[in-house]
Amino acid sequence: MTKRHLEPILWLLFSGGGVVSAVFLPILVVLFGLAIPLGLVQPDYNHLHAVVSYWLTRLVLLGLVVLMLFHWAHRFRYTLHDGLQLRWETPIAVLCYGAALLGSLATLVIVLTL
Amino acid sequence: MSAPITYRQPVSRLWWLKKRTYLLFVLRELSSIFVAWFAVFLMIMVVAIGRGEASYQNFVNWAASPVVIMINVIALAFLILHTVTWFVLTPQAMVVRGPGSRLALTTKEVNVEGRWVSAATAVRVGGRLPAAAVIASQYAGLLVVSAFIAWLVLR
Repeated sequence: MTKRHLEPILWLLFSGGGVVSAVFLPILVVLFGLAIPLGLVQPDYNHLHAVVSYWLTRLVLLGLVVLMLFHWAHRFRYTLHDGLQLRWETPIAVLCYGAALLGSLATLVIVLTL
Repeated sequence: MSAPITYRQPVSRLWWLKKRTYLLFVLRELSSIFVAWFAVFLMIMVVAIGRGEASYQNFVNWAASPVVIMINVIALAFLILHTVTWFVLTPQAMVVRGPGSRLALTTKEVNVEGRWVSAATAVRVGGRLPAAAVIASQYAGLLVVSAFIAWLVLR
């Protein structure tokens, strides 16, 4: 019963995560994953600190990361279930969404205490 | 009474290697691992920035190590696959209507306390944007967001 009530919400989180990942991640990976570590661009630390500490940035980061985690949880759950033909349906779902929930709480603490 | 015996054709665990489209499907699903990876990477970075300049420099040095660069190169490839396939799927998953749409009156059967009755209702019809227009507008959105983030970080 709870499962039936949760499923549309989980699907909505998956779908929202898919949209934000598609739109935000390519530039974020290029910038923070490659260009900055490789020294191609070197933004000033104080500027980065100011941008990240701004309340709107924190709010956007929280929303982005929570949606991304639940997107992963939903897709990965079905990858394990359908892709590898694993049978432990409930433990897989609990582990995936549980990990996403823990990650979301950690993110909340991080953006609140920044 | 025993349960009816049904036959289920066993599916090989490597079914996704049998066709190119199956493989592409599985690769698309696996992109989610890199979505999670980058969520963690972003939060590690945010914590480092919050802790001060030395901590941020440590983060950049760690991110510059060959292993992490390699992971992020692979992540970028998977995330581009995610973006392209997600944009293609959007017009298939939802109807996007442009300015040509209008409301039309119709009836709908609804169940009221166990009895089916007809009720008047309005539905939006017409003006459906072609898939290509929906996909193009998503790329436009991607471009605007990317340009804004690059400007915000690098200005």
